[in-house]
Amino acid sequence: MGSSNSSVNNIPNAQELMQETGFSAAHILRLHERFEFLDKHKCGQLRPQDFGAVQELALNPIGDSIISAFFSPGQETVDFASFVRILAHFRPTDRNQSRDGAQQEPANSSIRKLKFAFQMYDQDRDGKISRAELLQVLRAMLGIQVTEEQLQSIAERAIQEADLDRDDAISFDEFRKSLEKVDIDHKMSIRFLR
Amino acid sequence: MQRCGYVHLWLLGSVLLICLISGVTRVNGDVALTHQESRLNPSKSNLNQTEHGHGSVITGIPIVTFKWHHVETPYLVALWILVAGLGKLVIEANHHVTSVIPESALLICFGFILGGIIWGADKVQTFKLTPTVFFFYLLPQIILDAGYSMPNKLFFSNMGAILIYAVIGTCWNAASLGLSLWGCHKGGAMGDLDLGLLQYLLFGSLMAAVDPVAVIAVFEQVHVNEVLFIMVFGESLLNDGVTVVLFNVFDAFVSLGGDKIDAVEIIKGIISFFVVAFGGSLVGFVFGLLISLLTRCTKNIQIIEPGFVFVLGYLAYLTAEMLSLSAILSIVFCGMCCQKYINSNMDERSVTTVRYVMKVLANGSETIIFVFLGISAIDKEIWVWNTGFILLTLLFVLVYRFIGVFFLTWILNKFRLVPVELIDQVIMSYGGLRGAVAYGLAVMLDENKIKEKNLMVSTTLIVVYFTVILQGITMKPLVNWLKVKRAAVGELTLIEKVQDKVFDHMLVAIEDISGQIGHNYMRDKWNNFEEKWMTCILMKPSARKNRDYVFKVFHKLNLKDAMRYVTEGERRGSLEFVRNETAFIDFKKKFDDDFSEVMPDIMADTSDDYNPVPSVSLEMHEQTMNGMRPLEDVNSHHLLQQHLYKGRKQHRHRYSRSHFDVNKDENEVQEIFQRTMRTRLESFKSGKMGVAPLKHITKHLKKDQQQKVRASEFILLDNLHYNNNIRASASSFPMRVTYRAGAGIENPAFMPDLDPMAQVQIPPWLAEAEVDSSMVAPSQRAQLRLPWTPSNLRRLAPLRISAHSTDSFMLADAPAAQQRDNDQLPPPPPPPAPPHGDHM
Repeated sequence: MGSSNSSVNNIPNAQELMQETGFSAAHILRLHERFEFLDKHKCGQLRPQDFGAVQELALNPIGDSIISAFFSPGQETVDFASFVRILAHFRPTDRNQSRDGAQQEPANSSIRKLKFAFQMYDQDRDGKISRAELLQVLRAMLGIQVTEEQLQSIAERAIQEADLDRDDAISFDEFRKSLEKVDIDHKMSIRFLR
Repeated sequence: MQRCGYVHLWLLGSVLLICLISGVTRVNGDVALTHQESRLNPSKSNLNQTEHGHGSVITGIPIVTFKWHHVETPYLVALWILVAGLGKLVIEANHHVTSVIPESALLICFGFILGGIIWGADKVQTFKLTPTVFFFYLLPQIILDAGYSMPNKLFFSNMGAILIYAVIGTCWNAASLGLSLWGCHKGGAMGDLDLGLLQYLLFGSLMAAVDPVAVIAVFEQVHVNEVLFIMVFGESLLNDGVTVVLFNVFDAFVSLGGDKIDAVEIIKGIISFFVVAFGGSLVGFVFGLLISLLTRCTKNIQIIEPGFVFVLGYLAYLTAEMLSLSAILSIVFCGMCCQKYINSNMDERSVTTVRYVMKVLANGSETIIFVFLGISAIDKEIWVWNTGFILLTLLFVLVYRFIGVFFLTWILNKFRLVPVELIDQVIMSYGGLRGAVAYGLAVMLDENKIKEKNLMVSTTLIVVYFTVILQGITMKPLVNWLKVKRAAVGELTLIEKVQDKVFDHMLVAIEDISGQIGHNYMRDKWNNFEEKWMTCILMKPSARKNRDYVFKVFHKLNLKDAMRYVTEGERRGSLEFVRNETAFIDFKKKFDDDFSEVMPDIMADTSDDYNPVPSVSLEMHEQTMNGMRPLEDVNSHHLLQQHLYKGRKQHRHRYSRSHFDVNKDENEVQEIFQRTMRTRLESFKSGKMGVAPLKHITKHLKKDQQQKVRASEFILLDNLHYNNNIRASASSFPMRVTYRAGAGIENPAFMPDLDPMAQVQIPPWLAEAEVDSSMVAPSQRAQLRLPWTPSNLRRLAPLRISAHSTDSFMLADAPAAQQRDNDQLPPPPPPPAPPHGDHM
């Protein structure tokens, strides 16, 4: 434990990160190793191309959307702190932790998880999933067997299901309502980040 | 009260039936339900038969002979199935009872009554559940059904936990029960019993397994959350491998005798566990692949392709049994592994058939099993009472189940992403029901080796009754009281499914990014492998095309809508336009564009009487039933009687053993064509000569058409008023058909060369003029108002907005006008459309 702590100390802002995200020192250390592995240029920053180096990610139909979720708008790179903060969304929700009212919701709360999922669609970050955005995700996922027309109608239908105010787009509230029955904590958590 | 009366009637009927059976059997002496047993002593029945034969020779040719022995065995089997089915019917008719006491418990009680009657008649129990019948004829279909309808993803994502419960949990149950009973025996708690440690362990091993049949029966009625269900259910299925091994091993040990057991034997036992479990699964897997491969090439024998699934499934079971592997594991895996491929390889109707037949068989044998579990109890011979033994067994079974589950869950929760909650653990422990499998194993014990076999059998029966009846009854209140998370019953939505997929991909991506090999990574790898190899080999090329998950959901949703659409359409008139080439193209084009405007309205309007039942086919019936409302009923019947092609209905399903398709006879098409031509010719003639056309056109309108037309006119107007009222209250379907009697003949469907749009666009003034001049007009008007043509479909939306306007039909006709309509509300409701006024 001592050795890992000492190496955690080498990571800038490690303690703050741990407190903010709820990751343990071992997690932070492991993620830092991974970060450095991905960071080919050793500049402490990751660029989209660095993510592209992960082979499996290239095969992932929505890999690009996920990569872009790591980058806040306008920025070309992501540093370790933001990297960890993004990954913190996937930490299982702690059940018995009491939350202070004043404090910000932790990244692994279900609402933040949902927000992250929402941003997967909402590429232009206007707070709404437009038909085009939905279509883009669908097109990536459905592959070539489905014709463009079918895609259109699928997107159409999906929007209708969720769209409550008839503005032909899905806002975050509508998104949340339509996924009310889904156990977000379960679906957006990864075991080893626990 | 009336229902109660019916129930009594049924009960009386079935009791009478039983009396009949038992009376007959008394004449015959001892008959067992088994095929085997009756085949074993054929000499007797043969003897009787020859006697019959002799009699007939002497008296000449008999007109009627009573040959009971000739049909005895199959007759009894059929009767028992009938009786069990009737019993279930009676039980299910009493909802207030089944909501408190689960069906399985009631069936056992029903079995008690039947058993009592038989006992009263025969003074000996002639029918009982034999292991052969149970394991060979009743169990396989239940397990096959369980495997076939297993939610694979859920099962495999909880596989680890299920395996731990099934393997370690079952071993723990067996060992703890056997050892504790032995300890109590040594302590003198149960008097003088001729049982050693090995016998106790054997007993423990047969009692250890949670029974799949009982678990399905009880948990089906309490809708607990899916994770909890899959844990109990999966455990009950997978523990069979363990039970078989434990039972066989201890059975062998008992026959070997205590002193001959050495380390080698024990190691052999452990190895045999792996062989039995994995071998069984492998056999099932192979047969599953075989089924999938076979259904790939059954295109030309669609009518028997469902049969392959059952036969091969059963063969998987028997093969495993033959190789002394775990038969249950085999058939479970067979069902699980073929489900995906056969569902996409086979015709949709065959899939429905498989699904239904599977359910029929499984449900039927479940019923029979419980009834016979009850009947078997009413037998003086098996009952040996030993208070200490029986009560201690009950206590230990319950207590060790709790201990085992809690301990294993405690370990598992250290590794699980979503820990199993305390309440769920309680339900899991409490759901450890024992059932017919344990009873079957107990009956299979060898009386020569185990002196106290009857004690074991009766103890097993008591435990089964205790768990199924008492725990079954208390399960529901307990689940309610503990507020166990229930299964979310909801309608299938596309966005949820899409999101599900997105989550999957997202988790894999995050695992990749953070460089971990986790659960999702493995699943992704497996999916890729399956995509690449398995589906290529096992799936039809045509099926491969639309197997995409999201697309399938979309397809399913569309099917549902289409069914609703058909029901609605039939309520109002017909959907004949689909046959019309031009209209169809029109439909395809228009539907895409206007889907958005129409769909929400349709869905909003039907949602109140829409009942979300998971099975599509069931729903179809329900929808048809619900859809018919009294008023439309009268109208449509009237309509049908006059205008249906008489011959068509009889022709629809011609008898054929190998084909089941709808009649697409050339003659029929010809007939329609000729008829249409005649009609048009006649209307043309009459238009020219100024004769009222209806007299000629509708030959089948036999008397005073005029009056009828008037009458229908009133109906029409009535309808209109009715519609307006309804629309104003905005609670009904937007479109009402104001279909005219006598107008259906001019249905555009029968005029393939006429463009419906062109017809519709006859200017109102012209239509009016025609009304004045002749009687042809009604038909034209009817076309104007034929609502379920595709061009009208898109008019649903404007109509919704202008609640009272019948005019919106016309407004919507011109496409340009329609676009404007989208922006602004249509004009306020005008007086009823001109054509009507004129008839008033």
